[in-house]
Amino acid sequence: MDFEIVIGFEVHTELKTKTKVWCACANEFGGPPNSHVCPVCLGMPGSLPVLNREAFTLALKTALALQCDVPRITTFDRKNYYYPDLPKNYQISQNDKFLGTGGYLEIDLGEAGHKKIRIHNIHLEEDAGKNIHPEDKNVTYSLVDLNRAGVPLLEIVTQPDIRSKEEAAAFMTQMRNFLQYLDVSDCKMQEGSLRFELNMSLRPKGSDAFGQKVEVKNLNSMSVVLKCIDAEFDRQSDMLRNGERVMSETRLWDEVKNETRAMRSKERANDYRYFPDPDLVDVDITPEIRAAAQATIPELPLARRRRFEEQYGLPAYDASVLTASFTTANYFEKAVESHPSPKGISNWIMTEGLAWLNKQPEDTTIDDFPVKSAAIAELVKLIDTGAITGKIAKQVFPIMLETGKSPAVIVEEKGLKPVDDSALGPIIDEVLADPRNEKTIADLRGGKAAAMGALMGAVMKRSGGKANPATVTPLIRKKLGLE
Amino acid sequence: MAITIADVEHVALLSRLELSVGEKERYAQELSDIFGHVEELNKVDVTGVPPTAHPLPLKNVFREDVIQPSLPNAEALANAPAKEGPLFKVPQIV
Repeated sequence: MDFEIVIGFEVHTELKTKTKVWCACANEFGGPPNSHVCPVCLGMPGSLPVLNREAFTLALKTALALQCDVPRITTFDRKNYYYPDLPKNYQISQNDKFLGTGGYLEIDLGEAGHKKIRIHNIHLEEDAGKNIHPEDKNVTYSLVDLNRAGVPLLEIVTQPDIRSKEEAAAFMTQMRNFLQYLDVSDCKMQEGSLRFELNMSLRPKGSDAFGQKVEVKNLNSMSVVLKCIDAEFDRQSDMLRNGERVMSETRLWDEVKNETRAMRSKERANDYRYFPDPDLVDVDITPEIRAAAQATIPELPLARRRRFEEQYGLPAYDASVLTASFTTANYFEKAVESHPSPKGISNWIMTEGLAWLNKQPEDTTIDDFPVKSAAIAELVKLIDTGAITGKIAKQVFPIMLETGKSPAVIVEEKGLKPVDDSALGPIIDEVLADPRNEKTIADLRGGKAAAMGALMGAVMKRSGGKANPATVTPLIRKKLGLE
Repeated sequence: MAITIADVEHVALLSRLELSVGEKERYAQELSDIFGHVEELNKVDVTGVPPTAHPLPLKNVFREDVIQPSLPNAEALANAPAKEGPLFKVPQIV
């Protein structure tokens, strides 16, 4: 029997604020353990949470950008469970009047077209602290750092609309990109500021009914999520083929074994006894508050892609590749600003820039690329003005990447300036006099235009790639009396 | 509404409370009484009254996003039953 994958995600993203969501401690990754803590985020009796306006605005902005229905009144609830990284023994979250419901993220699946992944709800809550497990296997304790406790966390819960690993990959990268465009989160998976929890079930191909879903936590990179999808597909399809029932449960990813495992009973706590948090008052999303958040929504990926095609005359493919990352799109626009040659710049970014990026860890962006946008622009300008040939540019580029020097400096230092036209004459004479080229010359005289390419190649070779092709062709024709 | 011993055991587990047999019986009785008392409220007709979690008609209490000093580490850990260096020490989790 063939099975179809059904996936929904719970996306957690830490919001980019200066302070935590309920208190004025710094929202900052790292720092000495327990250095960004106060009575509120330590859960001390008598302390009171007060909502961070900026955290709420960023959350609202995201809900509106995802086309969610945003109610007039939204409220906070307590989700009760015991875990050492949760000092209050409850997490302040939303379970009744969510910040947003409905809405969708439209993802681009390349040749398979577009698909809307619907949002079930989006809500604002707080992150937990960090448990540290000493490496010594003999110790019987864990350690807790609460710097992260109380960091504003936005949870986006999707509908089970994803049907394949490819769609899951597209959703994750495009959701990350969307959040980066919105500028609401750093989206660094290594630092935990963006996390995906997987809800996955299988059903026989062609069936409309949903199977029993399994939730998987502890997935700390996109590649791990994709590995997990494969592992769960194998596990669940084996069970179903053997006539077993898949249990609805939460499982943890085991990085060492590359498989999921059931949580121990102690780790399970699905009786959360939600109730309204009496310490936090309702938020009334007035038309003014809503409009103010709406006004902060910048141009989003699809709109920017359309603009790249129209404004810069880029092919659809270039526009989609460049705008698939907020930082790459910015890098491109900055380069075009200093030298308006969009297609030339796009080519260099798409070949060299993205080739470099593909070899880096997941969280790397083009901003980490050693060749800055101004340098790419300068290189393209040198080509466009005929100061160097495309071939020389290919030699200059690796040196830029390695040394960070500007292309003009490299051209100067390495003597890569094109051979000037007066020096070209003797080179062409040598090529035309070379007995090995006799047949080619005869072909050219006989009207075989392609023969020019071979002669051009010989001239290029002899000049060390420094001849300007635009000058070489007429000179050859002239010398052969073909003009 | 009668609260059973099983209900008490369930809530005690969720709250990480260890109760003796006598306590379970006592709490089952006391909680039943409390529930009975609260159920009196169900008799009130609340048609048209919106649910509320707050007695005060307050809305939109915000704090500006400005960092204030946190507690010094020693003070943050002062009441911890166990610690190691700058960290809280707790029974093993995994």
